[in-house]
Amino acid sequence: MLRFLVRRLLQAIPTLLILSILIFAWLRSLPGGPAGALLGDKATPEKIADLNKLLGLDDPIFVQYFKFLGRAITGDFGNSLVSAQPVMSEIGNFLPATIELGFCAMLIAVGLGIPFGYLSARFRGGAVDNVIIVLSLVGVAVPVFFLGYMMQDLLAAPLGLPSQGRQMAGLDATTVTGFAVLDGIITQEWDAAWDALTHLILPAFALATIPLAVIVRITRASVLDVLNEDFIRTANSKGLTQPIVRRRHVLRNGLLPVVTVIGLQTGALLGGAVLTERVFNFRGLGFLLAEGIERRDYPRLQALLLFGALVYVLVNMLVDISYGLIDPRVRVR
Amino acid sequence: MVFGAAGNPKTFDPLFNDDGETFRIIRQMMDTLIMNKPGTADLEPGLAEKWEGSNEGKTWTFTLKKGVKFHDGTPFNAEAVCFNFNRMFNMKGAAAQSQMIYYGDVFEGFAKNEGDASGDPVFKDCQVKDESTAVLNLNKAKGAFPAAFTLPSFSIQSPDALKKYNADAVTQSGDSFSYPEYALKHPTGTGPFKFESWDQAKGEITLVKATDSPTQTAKLDKLVFKVIPDENARKQALKAGDIQGYDYPSPADYGLLRNDGEQVLIRPSFNILYLGINQKNNPKLKDLKVRQALAYGLNRDQFVKSKLPEGAETATQFVPKAIDGYNENVTKYDYNLQKAKDLLKEAGAEGMTLKFYYPTEVTRPYMPNPADIFTSLSEDMKAMGIKVEPVAKPWNGGYKDDVQKAGKHDVHLLGWTGDYNDAGNFVGTFFGREKPEFGFTNPELFSAISAADAAPAGETHTKAYQEVNQKIMEYLPAIPISYGPPAIVVGPKVKGLVASPLTDERFYTVTVN
Repeated sequence: MLRFLVRRLLQAIPTLLILSILIFAWLRSLPGGPAGALLGDKATPEKIADLNKLLGLDDPIFVQYFKFLGRAITGDFGNSLVSAQPVMSEIGNFLPATIELGFCAMLIAVGLGIPFGYLSARFRGGAVDNVIIVLSLVGVAVPVFFLGYMMQDLLAAPLGLPSQGRQMAGLDATTVTGFAVLDGIITQEWDAAWDALTHLILPAFALATIPLAVIVRITRASVLDVLNEDFIRTANSKGLTQPIVRRRHVLRNGLLPVVTVIGLQTGALLGGAVLTERVFNFRGLGFLLAEGIERRDYPRLQALLLFGALVYVLVNMLVDISYGLIDPRVRVR
Repeated sequence: MVFGAAGNPKTFDPLFNDDGETFRIIRQMMDTLIMNKPGTADLEPGLAEKWEGSNEGKTWTFTLKKGVKFHDGTPFNAEAVCFNFNRMFNMKGAAAQSQMIYYGDVFEGFAKNEGDASGDPVFKDCQVKDESTAVLNLNKAKGAFPAAFTLPSFSIQSPDALKKYNADAVTQSGDSFSYPEYALKHPTGTGPFKFESWDQAKGEITLVKATDSPTQTAKLDKLVFKVIPDENARKQALKAGDIQGYDYPSPADYGLLRNDGEQVLIRPSFNILYLGINQKNNPKLKDLKVRQALAYGLNRDQFVKSKLPEGAETATQFVPKAIDGYNENVTKYDYNLQKAKDLLKEAGAEGMTLKFYYPTEVTRPYMPNPADIFTSLSEDMKAMGIKVEPVAKPWNGGYKDDVQKAGKHDVHLLGWTGDYNDAGNFVGTFFGREKPEFGFTNPELFSAISAADAAPAGETHTKAYQEVNQKIMEYLPAIPISYGPPAIVVGPKVKGLVASPLTDERFYTVTVN
């Protein structure tokens, strides 16, 4: 297992290196640069040129890249142009929000997705199946930002739920870990914990829709596949009770592809979080990224995109490991 | 009170800032020598009780208020004033100088220009005449004074705090900047509120009431600025009572907000939207008759009435009415389609094609909806028989570069919001020199503007700019379209906020029931 892990980690290095080149080239190919955004609306072309020169942005792109790489190896990703803070500390400050939101969204997606997918397969062709399929199609098709705005406009007020931010503005809650709900519990500031929790509901549901819909569909398809396998027929003919067949054989084997999808969807959450966090003003990494793109904040974008890639690589590793836990055959190989 | 801001502040040392979101916060914490009368662009005493320009505008004498203290308890006096101006003039380092946008604009150069700063300094020296009299000597007169002393960038800060927290140490690191502790954690001025904290993760800046002999006494104990970039999210937050006010509501929401009981305060307009003309790109536009035809053929009154928010007015020239130098008697071009067609015919430009650039993904106070404005104006052009070739580009994604740097357009939409009450801040910016945006050289106009800029404040200065405005409207290098007032919105319980044309709203007068 250890060798497997080390090998996977080493594989990540060239992946990240190639990605860093792509990210770097992509950012520099965007029209408009940080100097214009930094100097504001009244910047003259001359001032923008001066600033580009000062920041080394007029160097050939490969010179810029190697300078960046040299600093990045030492862990220096520079300061954000928007907030003037080191981007690494920004990521540290904003990461808990994204984890909190992503965790809740995945909880909703998995908690509802697997049972609904299973139900859908079990009652294949029936009314329940049709309703679930239609809803999951809608879930995949509706853009997150549209859903977010609809939820804000239609649900927030009637349900009495906050529609933006992580906490009520001006609330003096103590920060310990950066996870707002957890902090409220640790410090026994119950009002703050409850406030943070209510702030999570709408964005978490908005963010959960796509993974939820995907998990429903994959679970359904996978369970249907398993139901047609010989070993299920064997189990049935041996006279096992239906609950045992479902739990031991159908669900266990049917979940394997679902786990892969959960892993991939977790990695993709950062992408969905950009829109969700922006719409709900939920200040996490997605929010940082959106702001960074608008302002052409190269240092922040470089660090965030690389960080996102690293998360993706790690999540995929976790998926591989969890394969082994669910299906012993994978471990033996 | 919690106020919703549209963007992050940059840092809190006003010297290194030039954007509205940062200035809004700084204005609550720091004072300038001269301030703006609430709700106007007129001058009134700030930290200086009186000011006097003499020696043809090359000497400015300030009589300072007595008994004022900085938030760190140190006294405000003439020495502190001179310390601040000397600090600006003697600022070292290319990184620091590059961030002093307004200082560079107004004072032109440094004791030692570094990096790409290359101007001759306007500042000569600052003398402490006595405890409460400071004299600023300039190398040359500058029309921007005294109005430019109201700029938040020139706020007077505590010399002790500036020294203690190493305020000048702005450095460049990699492809970004790093700012000293002072600018991030310890801004120290004399204003009615003082700095408490900046929580980056929450996006909240907290100020508290300053109690040590402030210049004005705040009625609120605590003032929080919450950063909410999305306009819809700001609206939702106000509805939910999470914030008590926010800036830049969309004109389309004014009615809805009012129906909900919110107060939409319309600011007097201090901006201009214009149709730019690039004479270089399209030789036909060199002909005055063609430019006049465009001016007569655009139905600007109709456009302002149907497309712009309440309070907007048709522009007759390139400065708004509140500015000294506005001229009632400039040549006007009232809508006259026949005349426009005739002029085009005379110039042999009937059926000409114009490449019309307009920006996307942007809302400016003077330009609430660029695509709408483009449609309206291009319909007018089509009525004149002009073929319009539309080019839409994202504001920060090529539009500004194409228009201001490369001059790829024939005509385009752009505008400007003023920084202080000076006509040079408008017309000097547009037409003070040759620019790719307009593609023309007119030495007579250039020198008239630079002479007006050097004319000492007062009647001479105003008159010089009135003449400049007349000349511009005769030569017509571009067409002024409208003055559009931006709004600020506060909840029903908020009292005492005065909307300012310069977005210079001071919260010390505000109460929340």
